Amino acid sequence: MTQPKLGLRGVLVERAGRGILTVPELDVLPGEVLAVVGPNGAGKSTLIHVLALLERPPAGEVLLDSRPVRGNLLPYRRRMAVVFQEPLLLDATVESNVGSGLALRGVPRAEREVRVRRWLEWFGIAELARRPARALSGGEAQRVSLARALALEPDVLLLDEPFAALDEPTRQALIDDLDQALGQTGATVVFVTHERAEALRLGDRVAVIIGGRIRQVGPPSQVFAQPADEEVAAFLGVETIVPGRVRSLERGLAVVEVAGCRVEASSAVEAGGEVLVCLRPEDVVLSPAEDHPGPTSARNRLPAVVQRIVNVGPQARVELDAGFPLVALITKQSLEELSLDAGSRVAASFKATAVHLIPRHGR
Amino acid sequence: MDLIWDGIREAFRLIFTGDTEVYEIALLSLTVSAAATGIALVIGLSIASFLAFRAPPGRTVALSFLNSGMALPPVVVGLVVAVMLWRTGPLGQLHLLYTPAAIVIAQAVIATPVVTALSVIALQTLHPKLRLQVLALGASRWQMAWLLFREARLPLIAAAMAGFGAAISEVGASIMVGGNIKGSTRTLTTATVLETSQGEFERAIALSLILLALVYAVILTLTVAQQRGRPS
Repeated sequence: MTQPKLGLRGVLVERAGRGILTVPELDVLPGEVLAVVGPNGAGKSTLIHVLALLERPPAGEVLLDSRPVRGNLLPYRRRMAVVFQEPLLLDATVESNVGSGLALRGVPRAEREVRVRRWLEWFGIAELARRPARALSGGEAQRVSLARALALEPDVLLLDEPFAALDEPTRQALIDDLDQALGQTGATVVFVTHERAEALRLGDRVAVIIGGRIRQVGPPSQVFAQPADEEVAAFLGVETIVPGRVRSLERGLAVVEVAGCRVEASSAVEAGGEVLVCLRPEDVVLSPAEDHPGPTSARNRLPAVVQRIVNVGPQARVELDAGFPLVALITKQSLEELSLDAGSRVAASFKATAVHLIPRHGR
Repeated sequence: MDLIWDGIREAFRLIFTGDTEVYEIALLSLTVSAAATGIALVIGLSIASFLAFRAPPGRTVALSFLNSGMALPPVVVGLVVAVMLWRTGPLGQLHLLYTPAAIVIAQAVIATPVVTALSVIALQTLHPKLRLQVLALGASRWQMAWLLFREARLPLIAAAMAGFGAAISEVGASIMVGGNIKGSTRTLTTATVLETSQGEFERAIALSLILLALVYAVILTLTVAQQRGRPS
């Protein structure tokens, strides 16, 4: 078994007598991206502060390479890099900002310049090199902050909501660049966000944190498909999220293979690429399996077996096996009329436009 | 009016004929006040960093004392330092009374609250998370202090100017602890007081003009350092 790169044991942080972070155990494997997702005030930033050795927890330990971090923290901090929500640049030029961490480590100027240039180019900001950092737009400044962190070529990269303050197009472009950069560095990454889509996009594994406790850790599809408890489900939104591969593309319609099934989706992706197929439960229509309807506008109709039915207020959450886990949300009335039970065979239909595809770059 | 013109003429004569006594007095004023400002900066920045970044309980009370300290009357400081350094006082063994060192101590006591109070404000204008970011970049304790002071250099240099101004313009404490001894502890301000009391207005005006020129030269240097690299 691979040794975890980074870990927490028995960590407890309290403010004003209230526990704001309780992590009995957390391990991050070398080279993986652990996306920690949770609502505002869940303890995400505190988690990053503790991992980054910026806040010493009153109880518990941080492990680096399976050894507890003790004594002088500086050598440990110098193996890490942190990017916060605010870019927090120094009052200097862009290039001197990107090189600042290297300068603090005493990296010689010549090598510093090479690394600064490489990461400026990677984030597409080479032409800003001599500009004062204070004169940048929000998106440019955050690129500088990311370049500054990655230029350190850290063992551990900690990201605290780095995209939260950006507008949508800027955010998407930056997420794409970061995604590829992470593939290059091989750094162990903990990425904290309140955006579920960002966690799905970047995380090799997803951890859900609510009320200062990590409720669930696992591969994205598993966490989203089988939330550990009601609060996790409520935060994530009960969704079907399964990995698939784009087989073909035809006039904007992607044909995706999911666990041997064929799913059509109206989404802009590349053919041959790995994707996560996302489907909201309220978009899934159930009908009797033997029923053969005429042509409908729903592009997808999959045979499925009911696994479990959970009452959610006036509605029922029907967990199905369609070759992959699929969730439908239907009214109690429909449930009675279809007389569904565990083991019932049904047909699950949904429109291609209801399917959302998230590209997963091969990391 | 003649009095003023004579004074100005006398000032230029003293400066350009190389009157050694005036040069010595000016140099002593500059070194004593610079040393006092230096001490005030070391103490002030340490206290200000602690108050601004650690946010200890009672910070507001501490700040209120520092802010009152900006209006500390020099004669009170002079009295306290003189008592401390008096032959039978607690620090009498050091034999510092009526030496330039005694003036440095008194001026440092006057400048420290000014530098500290203004430095706290200077450091509080920094983004509260900048300290964490600098630590996370791998800065040692000293590197962090240097980077954060550099970020706040505009208001910090203003604090240094205010501290230097308080030190060099002060006269009461310098007379009380220095004694205005010719060739030893006579500064531009104490000499001006003496010349005026003796009716030597030309020399008094001359010394005052030299003091103003000296203050301006120091402040100009600091202002240039402060404004360097600012977009115009």
